Amino acid sequence: MATAVQTVERENYLNSNYGIKSWLLTTDHKRIALLYLVSITAMFWIGGFFAMLIRLELLTPAGDMVSSDTYNKLFTMHGIIMVFFFLIPSVPATLGNFLIPLMVGAKDLAFPRVNLLSWYIYMVGAITALTAMVMGGVDTGWTFYTPFSTTYSNTHVMGAAIGIFITGFSSILTGLNFIVTIHRMRAPGMTWRRLPLFCWANYAAAIIMVLGTPVIAITLLLVALERAFNIGIFNPQLGGDPLLFQHLFWFYSHPAVYIMILSGMGVINEIITCFSRKRVFGYEFVALASIAIAVLGFLVWAHHMFVAGISVYAALVFSLLSYLVAIPSAVKVFNWTATLYKGSIRYETPMLYAFGFIGLFTVGGLTGVFLASLGVDVHVHDTYFVVAHFHYVMVGGMVMAYMAGLHFWWPKITGRMYPEAWAKLSALLVFVGFNTTFFPLFIVGYMGLPRRYHAYPPEFQVLNVLSTAGASILAVGYVLPMIYFLWSLRYGEPAPPNPWNAVGLEWMTPSPPPTHNFDETPIVTWEAYDYEHQPQEEVTVGH
Amino acid sequence: MGDIQVAEHALQHHFADMEQQQETSTFGMWMFLLTEIMFFGGLFCAYLVYRASYYQAFVEGSQKMNIWLGATNTAVLICSSLSMALGVRAAQMGKPKLMAVLLLITIVFGCGFLGIKAVEYHEHWVNHEFPGPNFHFETGDPAHAATDPVHTEIYFSLYWAMTGLHALHMVIGVGLVTWIIIAGLGGAYSRSYFTPVENVGLYWHFVDLVWIYLFPLLYLISKKHGGG
Repeated sequence: MATAVQTVERENYLNSNYGIKSWLLTTDHKRIALLYLVSITAMFWIGGFFAMLIRLELLTPAGDMVSSDTYNKLFTMHGIIMVFFFLIPSVPATLGNFLIPLMVGAKDLAFPRVNLLSWYIYMVGAITALTAMVMGGVDTGWTFYTPFSTTYSNTHVMGAAIGIFITGFSSILTGLNFIVTIHRMRAPGMTWRRLPLFCWANYAAAIIMVLGTPVIAITLLLVALERAFNIGIFNPQLGGDPLLFQHLFWFYSHPAVYIMILSGMGVINEIITCFSRKRVFGYEFVALASIAIAVLGFLVWAHHMFVAGISVYAALVFSLLSYLVAIPSAVKVFNWTATLYKGSIRYETPMLYAFGFIGLFTVGGLTGVFLASLGVDVHVHDTYFVVAHFHYVMVGGMVMAYMAGLHFWWPKITGRMYPEAWAKLSALLVFVGFNTTFFPLFIVGYMGLPRRYHAYPPEFQVLNVLSTAGASILAVGYVLPMIYFLWSLRYGEPAPPNPWNAVGLEWMTPSPPPTHNFDETPIVTWEAYDYEHQPQEEVTVGH
Repeated sequence: MGDIQVAEHALQHHFADMEQQQETSTFGMWMFLLTEIMFFGGLFCAYLVYRASYYQAFVEGSQKMNIWLGATNTAVLICSSLSMALGVRAAQMGKPKLMAVLLLITIVFGCGFLGIKAVEYHEHWVNHEFPGPNFHFETGDPAHAATDPVHTEIYFSLYWAMTGLHALHMVIGVGLVTWIIIAGLGGAYSRSYFTPVENVGLYWHFVDLVWIYLFPLLYLISKKHGGG
């Protein structure tokens, strides 16, 4: 560290000991968060690489770059990696792992060794799935629909399914740890009503991880048993029912979407309040909206199956229930907007990403309401409209929130500031690139272009070229932060304990925090986000 | 080691006191059992769907179960839960040797269950009552041919999957109890610290409880031919 570190660095979780063992055997939630950060970033680039190949193939109407079989494998592997190995662990396993103990004023998560175990399980699952991909890949789509996945596909379904099965347990353990930590490890005075909304959101996400993930585990186990022993639970030839697979699969995989978006929403709460210097509008409503989304999320799974042959009455009920999810989601969006109203807004990078999140999530959420209505869904089912919709929620919403959170807490995590100008540029590129990539897909989808084909009629070429061009901009927008974050580790300005002048316990301890988080257990006597009444000195104890 | 020393030794750095640590661990264990319920829940859900749709086939399948072995196994597991509960009590009272004896009895019952289960599995295996290409099903009553062997195969798929998963949990349980016995005899627990014993006990009772549901659902659907 040859750069200008004026003061002697105090001992923190990064410099307390060195060496590979001190990382691989650590039980410190902050170090485990970094292990996760490195791993899921690697997965993000692998998944992104497949996306790049997909977009390149779609540059021309003819299926000329890859064969249709290869194309099937590309979108399958893109989906599997991005959903199970990047999006689901992204905010909870990295930022959640790092921040939840800090935010509730604890020394660590409730079960530190279980936390480390969850990372190892994640790695075993990821390596298993990657091995299946290196050996030739999978072509079932990330949804593993039966009987194709159990009987007909000759690709490495088994390896991919087992990889996801294993990784599921890491998700379960993380969720379990969060729930127990938030219940039992809060510092004195940190009541439920004073809990940062990031914790509420991750609590809600953890409920889904704990209740939903075991169901996908047993479902994929049955798929594996069916492939291995030819038992017929999902195979119509043997009397089984493929629809049962879809029910069980979506019982987890729909709520799984809310694991991603809820934890992303948690990030947005922290950032919106900090950069508009206001208490969040309607704290209780935002907190309970998280729980409501988690609960309702379990009641809407069959809206993925409207055209799969479920009864029309069931479809009506699921359609209605799906509309209901819009209510707590809208509560959140309205409350964030109301928080901005008359706030003293600062346009730092995390805030730019947060603005991007609100806009793009709203588009993604509202098109979700279109899809929840039966008539529209029959028309646009399995078209690019659906692709655009969930990428607006997952990439426009979730990845934006993840990037926002990374920038917001980067100084806390690493003790270094990132270069603000570059970061603002990257936020802009991501926003522009994202919309250029995915908005055209709404149009081609509405015009009826089905997804999952490597060739398409020439009249759709202009919009597809636009989409591929946007994807290149988006790629630059993601490469930039990768470069300047790494750069900042060495050359970034040392970060003060509270660079954003934010409230919250994590800002009252040095950057980076000491191994035990706080020199003495904090005692909380104030509300969350008390930006208006909190005297400055009290906010920034620990300077 | 004395009582206080054991407790001090067992308190992890991130907890304020033993009470917080004990409550946290137990709460975590209950959360884990909740995930187990959801894990088995997927199978129970499949069972319900197919039993409702193909009742006749399920009745015929269940009539091939050996009710006496199943009932004996139910009794064996209930006894193992009793000795488990008494073992936890012994740990709470600070009697590691008594605890070890009682948990050893639990292990004997647990292995007895697995042994009887293996006998049943063997019977089904030699009768071709295992799903797959070699599956073959006859009612065993010449007067009545199998009405719906295709869906009876589904019954057997579920039977093997559910009891197999349960047996796997039993094997893990026997391993955990062994670990507790070794740790207990090494002086790891005392009147003020016995959380792992309690938690393994919770796990054991949970696995027992799963069987309490599996037995009637798989063995006792109906004795009458044609159900009812």
